[in-house]
Amino acid sequence: MAGFLIKRVLQAVFVVFVVTLTVSFAIRLTGDPALMLAQGAGSITEEDLARIREALGLNQPFMAQYFAFIKGLFVFDFGRSFMGGTPVSQLIAAALPATMMLAFASLIVSIIISIPLGIKAAVARGKWADQAIRILSLVGLSFPNFWLAIMLVLLFSITLKWLPPSGMDGFASFIMPAVTMGIILTATNVRLVRTAMLETLQSQYIMVARAKGLSESKVLYKHALRNCAIPLITYFGLQFGGLLGGIVVVERVFNWPGMGTLAFDAVGARDYPVLQAVITVLSLMIVGVNLIVDIAYGLVDPRIRTE
Amino acid sequence: MTADTTPPLLAVENLSVAFNGNAVVEDLSFSVTAGRTLAIVGESGSGKSVTSLSIMRLADMMGGKFPTGKILFQGKNGAVNLTVEPQKAMRSIRGKEIAMIFQEPMTSLNPVFTIGDQIAEVLMLHEKMTKQQALTETCRLLDMVRLPDSAELVGRYPHQLSGGMRQRVMIAMALACRPKLLIADEPTTALDVTIQAQILTIIRDLQKELGMAVIFITHDMGVVAEMADDVVVMWKGRKVEEGPVAEIFANPKHPYTQTLLSAVPKLGSMTGEDFPKRMPLTMMIDGAPTLVGEEHIQRTARYDAAPILSVRDLVTRFDVKKNLFGKTTHRVHAIENVSFDIFPGETLALVGESGSGKSTIGRTIQQLQNATSGEILFGGRPVSAMSFAERQRLKQEIQYIFQDPFASLDPRKTVGFSIAEPIRTHGLILGEKAIAKRVDELLERVGLTSAHATRYPHEFSGGQRQRVCIARALASRPKLIIADEALSALDVSIQAQIINLFMELQEQEGLAYLFISHDMAVVERMSHRVAVLYLGQVMEFGSRRQVFETPGHPYTRRLLSAVPVADPGKGRDRGMIEGEIPSPIRRVGQEPAVLPRKEIAPGHFVALDA
Repeated sequence: MAGFLIKRVLQAVFVVFVVTLTVSFAIRLTGDPALMLAQGAGSITEEDLARIREALGLNQPFMAQYFAFIKGLFVFDFGRSFMGGTPVSQLIAAALPATMMLAFASLIVSIIISIPLGIKAAVARGKWADQAIRILSLVGLSFPNFWLAIMLVLLFSITLKWLPPSGMDGFASFIMPAVTMGIILTATNVRLVRTAMLETLQSQYIMVARAKGLSESKVLYKHALRNCAIPLITYFGLQFGGLLGGIVVVERVFNWPGMGTLAFDAVGARDYPVLQAVITVLSLMIVGVNLIVDIAYGLVDPRIRTE
Repeated sequence: MTADTTPPLLAVENLSVAFNGNAVVEDLSFSVTAGRTLAIVGESGSGKSVTSLSIMRLADMMGGKFPTGKILFQGKNGAVNLTVEPQKAMRSIRGKEIAMIFQEPMTSLNPVFTIGDQIAEVLMLHEKMTKQQALTETCRLLDMVRLPDSAELVGRYPHQLSGGMRQRVMIAMALACRPKLLIADEPTTALDVTIQAQILTIIRDLQKELGMAVIFITHDMGVVAEMADDVVVMWKGRKVEEGPVAEIFANPKHPYTQTLLSAVPKLGSMTGEDFPKRMPLTMMIDGAPTLVGEEHIQRTARYDAAPILSVRDLVTRFDVKKNLFGKTTHRVHAIENVSFDIFPGETLALVGESGSGKSTIGRTIQQLQNATSGEILFGGRPVSAMSFAERQRLKQEIQYIFQDPFASLDPRKTVGFSIAEPIRTHGLILGEKAIAKRVDELLERVGLTSAHATRYPHEFSGGQRQRVCIARALASRPKLIIADEALSALDVSIQAQIINLFMELQEQEGLAYLFISHDMAVVERMSHRVAVLYLGQVMEFGSRRQVFETPGHPYTRRLLSAVPVADPGKGRDRGMIEGEIPSPIRRVGQEPAVLPRKEIAPGHFVALDA
C-alpha cells in the first residue's frame, strides 16, 4: 500500500507539471496580452507595449516565465489581475471555497438520491420499479443543466418565491444550484450503482449473509454496498473533474461567486493571470481528488490495503 | 426410516419447487433425524442444490415458489412448516437453527470484512451477545475447527487465507449458534483432496460433538460413502432412490443409481493391471440401463519409438511482486527442473494439487508461457531452435483441451465454424466442401452427428461441448493432445464416456496425451505413466502400476490416502493428513533446492529429501 501510494503521488506530481506547462503554453498561443490590454487605450506606441511587457514580465523567455509561475504557485502568488490589479490569489481565495462547497453539495445530493434508487433498481431488477427508475434517470440525463437551472429559478424563485434566484447567501441559496448539478450526476450514478449492485448481489457471500439470518437492509447496505464501493468511488472521483467543468455554466446562471464565474469573467476580459490561475487550481483539485480516491481504495478494500 | 415415535428433525413431504412456472424439484420426500447424515446425491440439474436452498427459503430470493408440499421442521417452538413461514420468521431460523455451508469457499466470505466480524455478526444477531463476547466466542469457534492462532486470525481478511482455511471459517460461522441442522452443499468440491479430507473429518467430528443432523449435498460418490448414514438419489428433479448408505452401494435398485455407481472411477479398481483399460459403461438408454462398449486393454504406447515430446530440466518462474523501483522481489516457482518424455500412443499423467505447477507445464509446452530455462524437444528438435514456420507447425501438432468447454468455444460462432478454424488456419484442406466433409467426419468421430455443425455452443450440454472441443483438437491431426483438467467440470456419467472416447481415439489415431489432472481415480484408469508433482518438482515418476500400487514417496501416499473411495465398507487411516499446501511463491534469492532422484525400480523414480 505504501509503495502504491508513493507511486501515485509521484504520478500526480508529474501530471501537475504537464498540466501547468500546457496551460502556460496554451495561454501564450492566443496572442500578445500586452496588445490585448492596450487595445482599449486609443493610440499606443511600441514603447508603451514594451513597458507593459516589462511590467508583466512578458519580455522574458517562456521557460523563465514558467518557472516564475511555478515559484509563485508554491507561495500562492499568481501575480495581479489585469483588471484592477487585485492580486489573483485574493480572487481565488474568495472564489474557491464557494465552488468547492457547491461541488460537494452537488455530489452529496447525487449520492443521497442515487444510492437508494440504484439499490432499489438492482433488487427489483426487471420489475416496474426498476423500469421506472431507469426511465427517470434517462430523463434526468437528457436535461441540459442550464435549462434545468432556468426552470428551477422560474418555479421556485419567480413563481413560488421560496428560494433566492441567485448569489450565495445561506443554506437556501445552495439548494437550487446543488440540485441542478446533483440531478445531472444522479442520472448516471443511479445506473452505475444499479450495475455495481447487480454484480455484487450475484456473489456467494450475499447468499451467505442471507443464510446467516440477516435482514435485507443489513444484507444490502452493509454487505453488498461496501463491496460496490471501489467502482463507485472511482467513478465519483472521475466525475469530480466533469463536475468542475460543468459548474462554470451553473455558476453563471445562479450568479454564484465561484471559480466558474471568475473564469467566465476572465475569458471575457482576457485576464490571463486570472485564467491561468483558475485553470491551474482546478487541475490541482482534480489531481488531488483522484489521489484521495486512491487512498480511499485502501480504506474500503482490505485486499488493496494489505497488498 | 426408523420405528422411533419422535418425529424426525426435518421432514420434506411431497415438495415441489418451481421457477417461473417450471418445476425444478417435483414431489420430493425425505426426512433427517438428529445426529444422522443424509446425503443427497445427483448430477448437475438434479435439483439437489435447489432443495437445500428451499429448506433455507433462500430459493425465494431467486424467484422460487412452492406449489405443493411441506417442509416440517422441529424448531425450538415446536413443528413449523417452512414453506409457509414468512421471511421475517425464517430469519430467526436461518443461521440459528438451520445453518448452511456453500460450495465455493473462495467467494463465500465477504472480502471487505474481517473473519472475526463475519463470525461475530451471527452471534450478535441470534445470541444477542456484545461485540466483545462475540469475539471471544469467535476465537473458541476458530479453535474448534482447528485453525491455528485464532486470536490473530479474527483480525484477518478472507483474501489472506487459503481455500481450506476459508472453508473452516465457514464451518465455524455455520456452527456458531449450534444449529440443529447443518446443510453442506458440495462443501469440498472446490478443494484439493488432502484439504477435502481434513474438512470432511472436521464436519464429522463436530457433528458427533454437537449431535446435529447433517444434510450433505454432493455429486461425489466417494464423499457419500465416507460421510453418509442415509442416501437420497435425485435425478431430473425427482427422488429415484433412498436408503441406508451400505444398501445403496451394495444393491442399487433404480437404473439411474446403477449407472451412476458404474460410472464412478474407483481408486484401486485397476490394481493388478499393467495397462489402462476401457470399461464397458452402463448408460440410460430409453430409461433402461444398458451396457455399452466392452472391456478393452489400452496397449497403445510405443516405447520402442523415439519420444514425441521431451522436456529437459524445465524451469518456469514468474515475477509476482516488485518493489518501488520495479525490481522483482518475489517469484512464483511454478516449475523447477522437470524432465520427462512422452512416447507415441502414450498417456502421461501429471497429477498434483493447487500450486504444483501441473498446468504451467502444459502451458509452457504449448508456448503460452515462456520457460525460464530448460529445453522442450518436439520430435527430437529443440523448440527454441525452431524457425517461425516450424513453431506454427508445432501449434498444429500439439493441441490443447481445457477444463471449461463453454469458455473455450466462441459463443457467437457455430461449432462447425470452431471445428473448421484450425483446418483453415493451418491450410490443411482446401475447398469449402472438403472442409465441411471433414467437420462432419470429426463430429461423428466424437459421438455427435453432422447436424450439430450448424448449432451454437449454448445449445449443447457440458459433455457435448467437451466433445466439440475434442473434435476441434483433432481437426489439425495432432500428434499430442494436452488435456488440462479436461474432465473436471463434467458429471461422472459424462466423464466416464469421455474417458472412453479419449482412449478410443488414442488407439485409432495413435495420439499421445499429456493428461493434467487432480483426480487420482481418473488418472489411475487412463494413464500409462504418471508424474506426481509437488511445488513444481516431480516427487515420483513411474508406470501407473508402480505409482499407484507401490508408491515410493510419502507425498504420493498422502495424496492417495486422501481420496475418498466410493465404498462405504472401507475405513481409512486419516492420521497422516494435516497441514496446508505450501505456496510456490518465494523471495528472490531463496531458490528451492532441487531434490535428487533415485530409481527404486526400473523406470520408477522417487525424489529424495535434500
